[in-house]
Amino acid sequence: MMKNVIEVRDLVVVRGSREVLPGISLDVTAGVTGLLGPSGCGKTTLMRALVGAQRLRSGSVEVLGEPAGSAPLRTRVGYVTQSASVYDDLTVAENLTFFARVLGVARDSAEEAVASVGLADQRHQVVGRLSGGQRSRVSLAVALLGSPDLLVLDEPTVGLDPVLRRDLWGLFHRIAEGGAAVLVSSHVMDEAERCDRLLLMREGRIIADGSPGEIRTQTGADDIEQAFLHLVEGAAA
Amino acid sequence: MNARITFAVAGRVLTQVRRDHRTLAMLLVVPCLLISLLWWMFDELPGDMFDRFGPALLAMFPFIVMFLVTSVTTLRERSSGTLERLLTMPMGKLDFLLGYALAFGLLAAVQSALAVAVSVGLLGLEVNGPVWLLGLVAVVDAVLGTALGLLVSAFATTEFQAVQFMPAFVLPQILLCGLFVPREAMPGVLEAISDLLPLSYAVDAMQELVGRADEGEVWRSVGVVAGFAVASLALGAATLRRRTP
Repeated sequence: MMKNVIEVRDLVVVRGSREVLPGISLDVTAGVTGLLGPSGCGKTTLMRALVGAQRLRSGSVEVLGEPAGSAPLRTRVGYVTQSASVYDDLTVAENLTFFARVLGVARDSAEEAVASVGLADQRHQVVGRLSGGQRSRVSLAVALLGSPDLLVLDEPTVGLDPVLRRDLWGLFHRIAEGGAAVLVSSHVMDEAERCDRLLLMREGRIIADGSPGEIRTQTGADDIEQAFLHLVEGAAA
Repeated sequence: MNARITFAVAGRVLTQVRRDHRTLAMLLVVPCLLISLLWWMFDELPGDMFDRFGPALLAMFPFIVMFLVTSVTTLRERSSGTLERLLTMPMGKLDFLLGYALAFGLLAAVQSALAVAVSVGLLGLEVNGPVWLLGLVAVVDAVLGTALGLLVSAFATTEFQAVQFMPAFVLPQILLCGLFVPREAMPGVLEAISDLLPLSYAVDAMQELVGRADEGEVWRSVGVVAGFAVASLALGAATLRRRTP
């Protein structure tokens, strides 16, 4: 049995008057785990809870054996929000150097991170002048700084061209092979097959958990989109 | 608190300002032009009107400018997600606030040095106290503007709102600081309010330096302004939350 990198138990999160997560429990192990579900199902809220940015109503969230958001985790977890959280008026290199100093990691780490997202040639360009896809890759590079043990990536491949998407998934797997856990959310079901393990999510709950093969076999579906429909309609019936 | 992170924030803020040539030029040139305009306006009038209004203006520039610049930039940090990201990193709230205060304090020092040099060197403003103390008052004043800007940015959700805080927070202070009507001559209620507003003390300090130049008085006023700045920074820190709903 692999050690859990993330353990969430009975987590309840209320935003405004809406119970976004009505008591979710899940485990995440090493490897690339996909968190898949339609927009608005609570993926982002769950991810914010994992990095300690979300106020919780009840339940527990443990990451790498520590309570989520606690001080020792702040250098060990890399987080990419859905919109690129980087400074538009700085260059790619300046952004990376700044965040590297905040994290206390070496300057080479910044160079490496830029190279691994394929932006070495744009290093000295101001982020605001890059394309949307490039900006989100700068944001991803920041999360890679200091080789964190857990990467929490909120829809990092949305809007990217197929070649780049393939390259990024390659990168996620290389990072996972280095021993880190990578949790990637997506609302695009065709990305499912690229994950080692899947968590299918709907309306704040996990409706399936397993490798893409397992989920397809369990549901007798040809692909994950079919499996998702099968699960949702099975639950409704 | 961590000096490395504080300096990282300050360095980054300064790089951002340096990249924005137009803002930088305005920050440095506009106060000099305005103080020259004031001098010119009073040039053909009898009396020493420039000596009366000049110091107050020198106290206002750093305060107003830093208030505006900070409230907009921190609002941008809040809405772009960079603040949320920083707070998931080993960034203390004070590191963040002091980084900003340091960067804008430094900028204010340059801005004030230029404005003071123009006022004293070119326009003949009579300063009886030490000129460096004039600069120090300006820097403390700028830090106050930064601290208040950080604080109000927590209550604004758009840049439009942030800019509106300027007339709401700053204009009453300008009206009541004793520039137009001496504070003792105001109706009692207004005088009491004026006593509670930080800009009044900043203007007092400047006017004292130009007038009687009792250094003890100057330091007392500077102390009050610094106290307001520290209190606003502390309140500002309370508005930065790692966990948000």
